Amino acid sequence: MLLTVVILLPVLVAGVLLAVPRLPGRVASWTWVGTSAVDLALIGWMWWGYSRGSGTGAASGNGLVLAYDAKVRWIPTVDASYYVGVDGLSLPLIALTGVLFLAAAIYSLREPHRPRRYAALFLFLQTASLGTFAALDLILFFVFFDLSIVGMFFIIAGWGHGNRRRSALKFFLYTFLGSLALLVGIIGLFVGGEQRTFDMVALAADPPLTDSPVMGALVLLAIGLGFAVKTPLFPFHTWLPDAHTDAPAAGSAILAGVLLKLGTYGFARIAMPILPDAWQRWAMVVVVVGVISVVWGALVALAQTDVKRMVAYTSVNHMGLVMLGLGVAGMTAQADEQARTIATVGAVVQMVSHGLLTGALFLLTGVLWARGGTYDFHRWGGLARPAPVFAAAFGVAAFGSLGLPSLSAFIAEFQIFTGALQAAPVATVIAVAGIVITAALFLVAMQRLLGGDTVVPDADPRLPGADVGAPTPAAAHDRGPAHDHGPAHAHGPAAAHGHDHGHAVDVDEDRVRSAAVVTQSGDAAAPAPAPGPDRAPSSVGDLDRREVLAIVPLLVLSVLIGLFPRPLLDVVEQGAVTVVELVSR
Amino acid sequence: MEGMTGDPLDLLPELLLLLGAVGGLLLGLWTPQRRQARVRGLVVLAALASAAVAAVDLVGPDTSVYGGTWVLDTTTGVVRITVALATAAAVLLSATSLSGHPRETEAYVLMALGALGSVALAASGDLLMLVAAYLLASVPLYALAGFAKDVRGVEATLKYYLMGALVGALMLVGIAALVLAAGASGYPELTAALPRAPMPLVAVGVIGVLAGVGFKAGAVPVHFWVPDAIAGTTPSVAAFISTVPKLGAVAAASRLLAEPFSGIPLDVPLVVAIIAAASMTLGNLAAFRQTEVLRLLAYSTISQVGYLYMIVAVAARSDLAGPALAIYLAGYAVTNLGAFSAAAALPHATTLTDWAAAARGRPWLVLSLVVVLLGLVGTPPTAVFLGKVAVFSATADGGLGWLVVLAAINTVASLFYYLRWIAPAARGEPTTAAGQPATATRPAAVAHAPAVTLHAAAAGSLLLGVGAGVWLAVVTS
Repeated sequence: MLLTVVILLPVLVAGVLLAVPRLPGRVASWTWVGTSAVDLALIGWMWWGYSRGSGTGAASGNGLVLAYDAKVRWIPTVDASYYVGVDGLSLPLIALTGVLFLAAAIYSLREPHRPRRYAALFLFLQTASLGTFAALDLILFFVFFDLSIVGMFFIIAGWGHGNRRRSALKFFLYTFLGSLALLVGIIGLFVGGEQRTFDMVALAADPPLTDSPVMGALVLLAIGLGFAVKTPLFPFHTWLPDAHTDAPAAGSAILAGVLLKLGTYGFARIAMPILPDAWQRWAMVVVVVGVISVVWGALVALAQTDVKRMVAYTSVNHMGLVMLGLGVAGMTAQADEQARTIATVGAVVQMVSHGLLTGALFLLTGVLWARGGTYDFHRWGGLARPAPVFAAAFGVAAFGSLGLPSLSAFIAEFQIFTGALQAAPVATVIAVAGIVITAALFLVAMQRLLGGDTVVPDADPRLPGADVGAPTPAAAHDRGPAHDHGPAHAHGPAAAHGHDHGHAVDVDEDRVRSAAVVTQSGDAAAPAPAPGPDRAPSSVGDLDRREVLAIVPLLVLSVLIGLFPRPLLDVVEQGAVTVVELVSR
Repeated sequence: MEGMTGDPLDLLPELLLLLGAVGGLLLGLWTPQRRQARVRGLVVLAALASAAVAAVDLVGPDTSVYGGTWVLDTTTGVVRITVALATAAAVLLSATSLSGHPRETEAYVLMALGALGSVALAASGDLLMLVAAYLLASVPLYALAGFAKDVRGVEATLKYYLMGALVGALMLVGIAALVLAAGASGYPELTAALPRAPMPLVAVGVIGVLAGVGFKAGAVPVHFWVPDAIAGTTPSVAAFISTVPKLGAVAAASRLLAEPFSGIPLDVPLVVAIIAAASMTLGNLAAFRQTEVLRLLAYSTISQVGYLYMIVAVAARSDLAGPALAIYLAGYAVTNLGAFSAAAALPHATTLTDWAAAARGRPWLVLSLVVVLLGLVGTPPTAVFLGKVAVFSATADGGLGWLVVLAAINTVASLFYYLRWIAPAARGEPTTAAGQPATATRPAAVAHAPAVTLHAAAAGSLLLGVGAGVWLAVVTS
């Protein structure tokens, strides 16, 4: 019951937000913050109960220890039901979801652009994400999985910037294709099983298709394709950078922090326990794909000149590490159980850690966009002096992402490599090389953004009081490759566009985009920093209170996990041990 | 078998529809033209009563009456309910466009008769009954298709009629062949006799009969009438033509596959599977390039028939086929009516961009459109999603895995053209090249009745998705 409340509370509030007409935007935004805070508090309560073993603690089936489970029959003829519950695998991700959505809510407190619908969409998305993590029925899982795609599509299409429509469509089509492959796989599991059910617990207790390796492999292929697109793994990752670059900052943080985890979580929750034979047989392929993603993501990220695209590609890199850990879990012949458990624990911790750190990084890039309307490395520099808090936060997040000890990613990556070394030494060595590249690129990024002379984009068109929609003076445009399509150019068609939203310049990218580098400084979406009369015209405001409140807790959590990992590991290990047992059958 | 007699009350749902038709005609004769809304009320009431009685009848055991010509089982019950409710919705939907029309009464009467024909198709347990049902479901629709009496309508009607006559003749040849082969026309006798009958005769018979029901369903390769007939009429009539006959025809096809064609040595399920594959693929491919709302929906219905025919293909092979048919028919009826209601709500917007422009500033209309169109794609938690899950499961269970994969690919492909409608509408921006706000072209107002139907259909699609278990419990009790 408690879990159902946690899942459905956001969408109920979203319905209320939509139904109340003429609700002031600020009220809507604060309602969102309040709802997410309450939801997070309930999740915290659940965690507390779970760690004391006082959930309902129903040990069911073959070792799956479930808490807070609830089951209501939905479609009896095919034995689909509303069946939710948490275990050591899903609880950390549910908590991560709660934290990130609260951060996104705080960050979006001053969203000027249709804040009511924005809040409602995010709340809807929160329900979809929580539901996916909690679902124990394949159809229910798929329902929430697909709804998350729909929600994110509208967030990117409605509140993104740059070439947002194209990116949103690309995101939708790629992930929808993946989800249909997943549906085919789910039906394969249903038809292949003796018991004709969509119940994950029952299917895991008595895995289907054990006696037909070909069908098992095909079903795993379908499911794997679905999750690989979502995760995303090389070569299905091409939707990711576009979607991230053009999404609003809060949307990017959720997309990277929560939605990508739906893919890796799906592998651990569905593919591994229900298709143990096939997973063992094809574990090496999973490892190889994971390692390719690690290296490919790192190399491509290194080549980016756009901060946000760089962060997006590092997600491919980090998700590849998760897959390395999960793949190793299936290599029963090559590694002992302890090593496989360590790798799995590492993979789950990596999901949580990546959610926190990358969420923070995307919110920080959002800060850059709000200040200067660009993510281009060449147009920012030396921010440590004018914006020390920003610099500190960015530094912590970057060092965390590159795996510095005492932050959460180190705990995760260390465990993945320790567990994987025995089973797949070559792959592990290559993956470590990928980590080195990531370290290099984060150091370069910090050097460019934070060190050196202070460089900021020219006059911010969205300073408070600036006449929005008016062409920005194209003065002093002597820096960087963005020269040819600076703000003035970008604003021309937008001004003629006759836009009806009172506040914003909605650059129609289709008309002005002529280079791969996103350089327009005209789009709206984010609020300007607090107006300081003493602010120099070309300086950049440091993080304001709202941004600090949204970003810093994520980093604090990452440090806490890095320093005191035990509470998290206790929970994760329970889940990981079960998964490793189930996959070793 | 219950013998040659039957209790007339067994046919009460059909009698109520007939009463609606005949009573409506008589009432219309004595009603001034301005007040013909009362005919509408009568037909809607008759349809609702028919649905209610049909729901009550579901409780009874499966039987057949009147010498086995009329089957009363779950499939018939589902079609009775969905057809009656869809007819009521279509009549209400027409309120705006037909109100005050010189032949308003006739339209409603024709709809009621067409609905009766559709139910008869589903309930037929005898090939001769099937012919009668085919004619009853066709002739009123020819008249409806050309109701506007304009150039496009007349052309569409002619095409529809000629095609119907041709396929009708084919069907009669097929039925003659089957009767010749088996010496009987009732399904139980056919089921027993056809496996031992001469193969060529049976093959001719199967092809002829499948062509007949395929024509009513609008399946490839006898689908050519669909786009013209739908684009040639008003959206509300198109909603009826594209929904109601299909329900009966698909049920009839699945009954044929499950009973008379189940034991014959030909691989009839494979033929039907190929028809399904061709329908969904060709319908999708043709829909990509459409810019008119109604033509887009017309091709979308062809592809939907493809998914429905997946159930037909495995009707004899999988226990899951029955529930799948019950869910998908209901989901399709609700969602498709909703999509046509969206078209009817803005009657002056014939193209996708016009529709988007006309829907500016009407967020609820757009929201319902999004729900309905994503429903047609099969996005959870709408009714068609659960229908698709059920259909895919049944098909995989019936051993046609390739068809499931193809259907999944087609589902993704269908997203492209539904998004071509959703995207400009959801953006709420003019998409004219000049970038001018299209206020000048905005029609006077939203047609009220279709807007209500659209919202109801969107809500119904979601409710049916969440409450699919309840619906199945009702119909399979």
